[in-house]
Formats: sequence, structure tokens, C-alpha cells
Amino acid sequence: MKHIISALVQNKPGVLAHVAGMFAARAFNIDSLAVGRTDDPALSRMTIVVVGDDKVVEQVRKQLAKVIDVVKVQDFSGREVIARDLMLICVHIPPEKRPEILALVEMFKAKVVDIGQRFVMVEVVGPEDKIEAFVEACRPYGVKNLARTGTVAMGRFDRQEVADNE
Amino acid sequence: MKKNPSQDSSRQSPSDFPIKTGAEIIVETLIEQGADTIFGYPGGVVLPLFDRLYDAPIRFIIPRHEQGGTHMADGYARASGKVGVIIVTSGPGACNLTTGIANAMMDSVPIVALTGQVRTELIGNDAFQEADTTGITRPITKHNMIVKDVKDLQQMIREAFYIAKTGRPGPVLIDIPVDIEVAKCQLQPLKEISLPGYKPPQKGHLRQIKMAAQAIDKSDKPVLYAGGGVIAADAAKELHSFAQKANLPVTTTLLGLGSYDQSRPESLDMLGMHGTAYANFAVQECDLLIAVGARFDDRVTGKVKTFAPNAKIIHIDIDPSSISKNVAVNIPVVGDAKFILAELAKEVKHKERKEWFDKIADWKRRYPLRYDTRSAGLKPQYVIEQLCEAAKSEAIVVTGVGQHQMWTAQFYKHSKPRHFITSGGLGTMGFGLPAAIGAQVARPDALVIAIDGDCSFNMTLTEISTAVQYELPIKVCIINNGYMGMVRQWQELFYNKRYSKTHIDNPEFAVVAQALGAVGIAVEKKSEVKSAIAKMLAEKKPCIVDFKVEREENVWPMVAAGKSLHEMDGLDIFESMA
Repeated sequence: MKHIISALVQNKPGVLAHVAGMFAARAFNIDSLAVGRTDDPALSRMTIVVVGDDKVVEQVRKQLAKVIDVVKVQDFSGREVIARDLMLICVHIPPEKRPEILALVEMFKAKVVDIGQRFVMVEVVGPEDKIEAFVEACRPYGVKNLARTGTVAMGRFDRQEVADNE
Repeated sequence: MKKNPSQDSSRQSPSDFPIKTGAEIIVETLIEQGADTIFGYPGGVVLPLFDRLYDAPIRFIIPRHEQGGTHMADGYARASGKVGVIIVTSGPGACNLTTGIANAMMDSVPIVALTGQVRTELIGNDAFQEADTTGITRPITKHNMIVKDVKDLQQMIREAFYIAKTGRPGPVLIDIPVDIEVAKCQLQPLKEISLPGYKPPQKGHLRQIKMAAQAIDKSDKPVLYAGGGVIAADAAKELHSFAQKANLPVTTTLLGLGSYDQSRPESLDMLGMHGTAYANFAVQECDLLIAVGARFDDRVTGKVKTFAPNAKIIHIDIDPSSISKNVAVNIPVVGDAKFILAELAKEVKHKERKEWFDKIADWKRRYPLRYDTRSAGLKPQYVIEQLCEAAKSEAIVVTGVGQHQMWTAQFYKHSKPRHFITSGGLGTMGFGLPAAIGAQVARPDALVIAIDGDCSFNMTLTEISTAVQYELPIKVCIINNGYMGMVRQWQELFYNKRYSKTHIDNPEFAVVAQALGAVGIAVEKKSEVKSAIAKMLAEKKPCIVDFKVEREENVWPMVAAGKSLHEMDGLDIFESMA
């Protein structure tokens, strides 16, 4: 089972190596890992998708918290989250198939970001299953290559929090 | 003068913070952090630092090999409770540290390692004696860092000491490029260390402690299971008071030996693979297991699924990640064992538990640790018993890894914390001699005895000349059976006695010892043991005694890999000796 864990880490050299190394050393299975700066220049956020049962995820959470440069760990298991991936995908586009593919792009609320003689580059944003579905839909035309960010996620506001804000 | 962190830095004049080189900053900060003794080995990129050490008020011990140096720092830390410090050069120097650092990591020993590194602009270019030290040591350190700016250097060293000794202790490494050693910057005032990602628990949750106390009061068949964390937390006294107050039988792990006085009737001695039958039976039958500073290692639990099958489990540990890692815990108490045990002692009630103690007494009567005392041959267990008899609980006993280590755990009666030093988690052969040297450096007036195996000893025996150079009167007793005994035992039991590559031809250790400037004694007969030990104990120089023991003695009892703790082999052998 997949779990999304979010870790606030210090924005220092070597932190990614510490975290990635810990995952390898403890034989944890990572599905994806996305890192980026936050509004605080001293901090970065890592979003990690881990495969494993509850016991594994508990260990992941604790071992992450144990890494000195990791400031805070949040486990989104059992919580409603907004989770998004971003993908750039190059699809083979023979002239006669253009309308089909562009319809597909439209259908997925994706965006054409570049176009060449034989290929089109499409940007897709959304939950992981949407991204997967788009890849599958493009396969018959021929996928040249693709690049994905891995999942980033945030917990949904609970009702009380929304009420407080209103 | 700058030692008190609470001191208001605004009262200090600017002359307190002069401009210094990186090398000077390192030496000043080491002294500030209380490092009066350092182990290390010089080399190219640490020359500026070693130049500063030339006339620094620091005792410096040079091992013959950096691995030995790390084990010395480890033994020093375990014997003294202070942070062990080691300084080595880049590349091979740093690489040679790895076994010692991994060993300290597994056994939670506070060490600060400083490694030299090639010039910053050369990093990544495969420069001479370059190695990716932080990359290599990342999984075997509690934390490591590389200095990129001399302005960060002083605070990094302070943080390294803080991280090494607080929480669950462990090794911290700082990699220092040589240009940082010569770069200059102003000294910085000592302020309280605040690391946003590192807040070790100070005490323990009082509600959890109350819950634990209630469970203990309810229990009819409890067992207290103490590990190395009790010693690391300096909580042996609190453990004793708590066990007395609640009236609990106490078993310890290998690293926990010395946390509880084994001469007491409620002591069950060591549990686990080569633990006593009465400890293992008690754990398997208890209704409550109270683990303190122990981590349910596979050598302790045997088959995890059937470990303590009837027990509720209380786990007291400073490392939250230890809890429910191997065995599901019912009542976790995260925090400092010293504080928690003292609180628990206040909360619990005394309970008689006569039936339980009667049962334990019966196991103790039926299955004491035994060996063939009638044998005319030289038995390893006999040597260790005689050593214990002669040196009593005063000695700091250090071991290597293997059969001799288990016999020392079994037949030497330990009663004081920081008096038994052994490589537990990593199981590092060759640990004994250098760790004993480190312990003797820490405790110059103490009697330090290394009990080592012949193959274990062979791995680091070059360090005899370190003991000779610094006039460290360590005693080394080699339990010499001419085999890698523990591996041979497994080959005997599980591989049809095919002793594949477990024999090496040893030199005459007594002669080697003499050649290196120590005293060497060889013992071949049982009748010579007592006089040899007496001679050894009277010796002022480092003294190596080579006990040529019976070659194929086994360690019993034994829980074979994959078996449950109560399924011990060797108990019938005990009965036949009774």
C-alpha cells in the first residue's frame, strides 16, 4: 500500500543524501520523492511516497524524524490529501492523428507546451491516477519519453479549520 | 572562562573572540568541549591541525592503525562516560575509521571523529588521498557534516559533541578540508545549541510512566530486561532501586551486563542466544516484560513471533524509533532511563510474587551455567572463572568477539556499570585489545583486562606496541583454541563438522608480546592458570597471557538461529554434568 509522507528539512547541503541514504540502508521502498524550497529559505519540503504496511510506515516516520536535519515529519495516512504530480510527455503525432491527440489533451485538461515536426510535448498536472491514465491513452501513438516530478501533497483542511477561516 | 553556556556573551570583551585559523579554532573548541585526551593519526591534509596539536594541552595517543584508534576512542568513551575523540587524515585514514565508527553506532557510543579532506576546490576530482568520507560514513554515523566555510567550523564542532552525547548517543563525524584549517575567522561565543531538527527527549511522559507502574503492580510474573541504554544513561543505581522496590527478577543483554549486580539472587544473568536457561525460560513465561534501554535485537529475541508470547510489553527507551521496531510494544515510555526509572520506583508498589520467584529459583537450581569442571584439560570457562575470582568486580573487562566473549559474559560475574566493554551490535573481531587500551587511557589507575580470542586478537595485535609506548599496564588473556571458535561451533552443529577455513596458524603470542616490548606468558596446563594470573596481575607492564585451551569446547546453552528462546540446545549436556 502507498503512503504519502511529508518532511520539512533544513535547506543544507547533504540533506537529500542523508534522507535517501537512510531509505536505502533501511530497505524502505520509495515510490517517489519530490524536494523543493519552501517560503522559508532555511527549509525545504520533501514529499515521499512509500510502499509498505502500517508497521513499515511507522518506522519510516520515526527513522526520518531521527535524521538530524529533518525538522518535522507528517504522515498523511488516513487523512484526506490533495496530491499532485506534474508530467512532461513527448508523444508521437502523425499529422492525421493530430485532432485525436489534441482532443485527448483537452479531455485531460492538459497543455501542449511544445510542438515539433513529429512530436508534441504535453504538460499534465493532477493526481497520480490521472497521470497514469494519460500515459496509457498516449501509448498507442507512441511515447518518446516522459519526465515526472513525483507526488507533492498537502492535507485537506478539516471542516473546523475551514469554518475558522470563514 | 568561556565554559559556561549560560554566561552572558555581551559581558565578554572583543578580545575574547580574536581571529584564529581553522586549526586553532579546532584545538580551542576541542579543549572547550572537555576533550583532554585524543586518539589519532597524522597525514597530509591534517598537517596544519597537527601543528597546532604539537604544543596543545591535550593528551594524544597514536594507534598503529586508525581502526585501532577508533576502538580506543570507543573503549575510552565507554569506560569514562565521556565523548571519545579521534582525528585522522583524508582518504585511507578516514576509510580505516569505518569499522570502528560502525561499531560505535551499533552500540550507541559517543564519539566525535574529525577527518581531514582535500582542498575544497579539489573535492570530486579524485585528488590524492581523496575519498567521499561523508558519503561513506553517512549510514554508520548518528550525523555527519562537511565544513564548507570556516565561519561554521566552531559551531559545527560544538554541535557534533552535543549530538554525540545527548539522546541516544552515537558517533558524529566532521569532514574538514585542509583549506578550512588554514582559513581565518573570529572565535564565536559559546551559546546554547539549538538544532531545529534535533530535540532529544529529556524526561519521560508521566502518564505513560503511571500506566507502566499500574501494569507492573498488576503483574504476577514480571521480568525486567535491561540493556546498554541503562549504562549509557548512568541509571544503574535507579535500575537497582526500582527492581528492589517493585521486587522484580532482572535479566540483562550483553551490553547491559554490569547494569545490575549479578551476585544478587533476583539476577537472571544474561538472556538470549547464549543467555542462561533461567533467563530465557522466565522471559518466555512472564506476563509482563519491562524493557529498559534495550532494542529487542535478534540475538536476544530468537524467533520474534514466539518471543515472550504471554507478555504485555513495556518499553522504556530514549529512541522512539526503537519502539515497536522488532516487537510490538503495549506501553511505550520514551525518555531518559535515569529519570523514568526513578519515577517508576516512586510509583510502583512492592509485591511478593512468591510463586514466580520459587519457579525461577527452581530453574536456577536445575539449569545453572555449567561446564565439565572435572576435566583435566584446560577449559576456557575455568580460565574465566579464575580471572573473575582473582580480579573480582574491580576490573574493567573488555572482550573481542566470539566464543571467549560469550564465556566472559556467562562466567565472569559483572556487578558495576562501565566495567564490561564489548562489541555487541556489530560483533567486531579485533575490538578487544584497542578498546582495552582506550579504557586504560580513560582509567589509568584501574585494572583493565582484555579477554580475547586468538583470531580476534590476531586482527589488531599490532596495538600492543601502543600500550607499550604509552606505558598502559593492560592485561590481555587470550583464550586460544586455534580456531575462529564460534564459527567452528556453528560448522560443528550445522555444517557436519566441515571446518571450512576456520583455522589459522597462530604465532607464539607470548613471544610476539615480548618482541613488541610487553610481557608474554604462555599457559598450557590447568595447574598453571592460577599462578599465571597472579603473575599477570602483579605485572606493571602490558602483559599478554596466552591460554592454550581445549580446542573444541562449545558455548552452551544455545538458541539456534530461527528457534524460540525456550528451545535451547545443550541443556541435556548440563544435566549429564549435574
